[in-house]
Amino acid sequence: MTTTAPAPTGTPPREAGRRRRRGAAHLGRRDTAVLAAMLGVPLLLSLALVWGPALLSVALSFTRWNGVGELTDAVPVGLENYRQVVTNYPPFWPALQHNVVWLVVFLVLATPTGLLLAVLLDKELRGTRVYQSAIFLPVVLSLALVGFIWQLVYSRDQGLLNAVLGTDVDWVGDSSINLWAALLAASWRHVGYVMVLFLAGLKGVDPALKEAAALDGAGEVQVFRHVTLPSLAPTSVVVLVITVIEALRAFDLVYVLNRGRNGLELLSVLVTDNIIGEASRIGYGSAVATILLVVSLGVIVPYLVVVLRERRGAS
Amino acid sequence: MPTTPRHRHGRPGPSVPLARRTFLGGALGAGGLAALAGCGGGSSGDADAGGVTFGLNANAAIPTAGYDAVFRAFTEETGTAVTVNRLLYTEQVNNYLQSAPDDVLIWNAGYRMRFFAEQGLVGDLSEVWAEVGDGVADGVRQACTAADGQQYLVPFYTYPWVVYYRPSLFAENGWEVPTTLDELESLGSAMQGRGVTPFAFADQEGWEAMGTFDALNMRVNGYDFHLSLLDGAESWTDPRVRETFRVWEQLLPLHQTGALGRTWQDAAASVQRGESAMLLMGSFVLDQFEGPDRDDLDFFVYPEVEAEHGQDAVDAPVDGFMMVADPDNRDGSLELLRYLGTGAAQGVYAQTDANTVGTAADVDTAAYSPLQQKFVEVLASTPNLAQYLDRDTRPDFAAPAVIPALQAFIEDPSGVEAVLEQVQQQAEATFVD
Repeated sequence: MTTTAPAPTGTPPREAGRRRRRGAAHLGRRDTAVLAAMLGVPLLLSLALVWGPALLSVALSFTRWNGVGELTDAVPVGLENYRQVVTNYPPFWPALQHNVVWLVVFLVLATPTGLLLAVLLDKELRGTRVYQSAIFLPVVLSLALVGFIWQLVYSRDQGLLNAVLGTDVDWVGDSSINLWAALLAASWRHVGYVMVLFLAGLKGVDPALKEAAALDGAGEVQVFRHVTLPSLAPTSVVVLVITVIEALRAFDLVYVLNRGRNGLELLSVLVTDNIIGEASRIGYGSAVATILLVVSLGVIVPYLVVVLRERRGAS
Repeated sequence: MPTTPRHRHGRPGPSVPLARRTFLGGALGAGGLAALAGCGGGSSGDADAGGVTFGLNANAAIPTAGYDAVFRAFTEETGTAVTVNRLLYTEQVNNYLQSAPDDVLIWNAGYRMRFFAEQGLVGDLSEVWAEVGDGVADGVRQACTAADGQQYLVPFYTYPWVVYYRPSLFAENGWEVPTTLDELESLGSAMQGRGVTPFAFADQEGWEAMGTFDALNMRVNGYDFHLSLLDGAESWTDPRVRETFRVWEQLLPLHQTGALGRTWQDAAASVQRGESAMLLMGSFVLDQFEGPDRDDLDFFVYPEVEAEHGQDAVDAPVDGFMMVADPDNRDGSLELLRYLGTGAAQGVYAQTDANTVGTAADVDTAAYSPLQQKFVEVLASTPNLAQYLDRDTRPDFAAPAVIPALQAFIEDPSGVEAVLEQVQQQAEATFVD
């Protein structure tokens, strides 16, 4: 691959880099100003709207503050919030565990299912547009509607699922199964999302490559493994990152199902309960948020390291 | 079917601000109601012209129309315009009060008011109380009073938590309203014998079962102990609390199973279908019954458990109004609050909302439905009025600690010891300032 198609993004080969650097010296003052503005404004916005609040949140996690008045009213308490969260907050460990389960299910089941659907629908089946729309529909529905739909499906007394199956299962209330019920609903959305991304990626795969492989006697599965999948690599990066983000920030579904309690605890719900809720335990909630940040970094950083190393190796 | 309770007594539904800065005229138009000329000017200039801005934490038809009628009457009487800002701020109330709040806003009594009073975010309303407080029930006055002894909330209405049932179903089977625990248990067995679940029971959102805990704890240990416990002054590992849960465990077989996966609306529906016989709920549940179903509803106060305490306490949450600490129009705000505290204003509201009862001593009860009349009797004859668990304790304790505990108990009553220990540990970490 490296000889025919250089990695589309990332560090360019040395020669090109040197040439480009020389080019930069030729920029006029006006170009420099434009570049500075185009880089500077987003940088400032990202600092002010993303990194500022994130770091502030980390700082607040070492304080006790009820959210009223000035930030200076926050009382420093050291690691007390963290100690409380891990030792004296029953929902915390279940929430952490549920986030991990969520991530694993998305990675192992939902995302591959989205890929499978994308490959099937890419075959120009009759009515493929209808299927695409139907599968993508959950992604565009509003949170309130999605919650309402699943409420109708999972309700124990009057729900669709129990009526169809003839069972009496407490899908939302039974804490041994409600996580799986919520994951089914979440996957319902996620699969559509992943499918659309992969469909877009598949449109970019040169059909000549597949034909050539088929002529060489490759079967369907072999074509997929050795031609389609490698061509989808750039899309897969995006999909993987999105999957991780979606799994870690999962919130809306469990919140509408039962406020994220009793088997459906998630870190994002605990953050919301403590910070946005009337309780206003800002420091406490910030501690949970910081833990969520660390978990996210723990997944994203190793992944980026691997990707960047591969890129460097490729160029 | 509404998915969130209209009256805010627990952890409410997702608080999406549906209509920011919806002015009275617009709100009425959107609600498909008669347009109100001359009131909503459609610009923020109203406040400058001597009007008052009002934060309405509601979007359902009944309370909205009720308040519109009240404000219309107020404007006719005083000439002061009220600009209604309809937004659901329940969970964002902290930010709402600190950003650019309206002059006057709807809120709840008890701890949920006290917290904001202590933070200095809302104004002292003792002078309003001096004018409209005569004859208001003592429990209501206490619920509107902060730690400094001043009142910060003008009460408007209350909605008692009682046990609803269908008289026709009881008559058909020859059942009698129980007044003691023994009677309740034998009635429960009789109901089960006929294939009817005695109590409909829901706790999907977590606040619903607080009503059962309140009722049982006040019956077993009395009102004073109940409030001290919620105030952080008693321990959750106390044998008396354990006894409340023992009684509850004994009664659990009389309740619908699967409560943690059932909404309170579904619980009400099972009573309406005759699958369950009784439901302990706030009076907002009446909205779930329409026409003949609604006429076939009656209620009784939770039965006695310990003779010492009888049936002397009931949850009767009070909703009312606070004034922000620094209103744009202080005189107009106080004028509006004085009006809202009168029986006249509450009588206007009652014409729209048949589920609540006004708190003023002179509220006109002539237009009340038979159930509302009975609420008034119960409130007058019950010496102790509680505000509901999530208003009688700190908000940062009720939702994070008590809700998971009650849900854990309902799911597995045998683990209650460990659950209560956890609650106590969290209480000790929370009640520190």
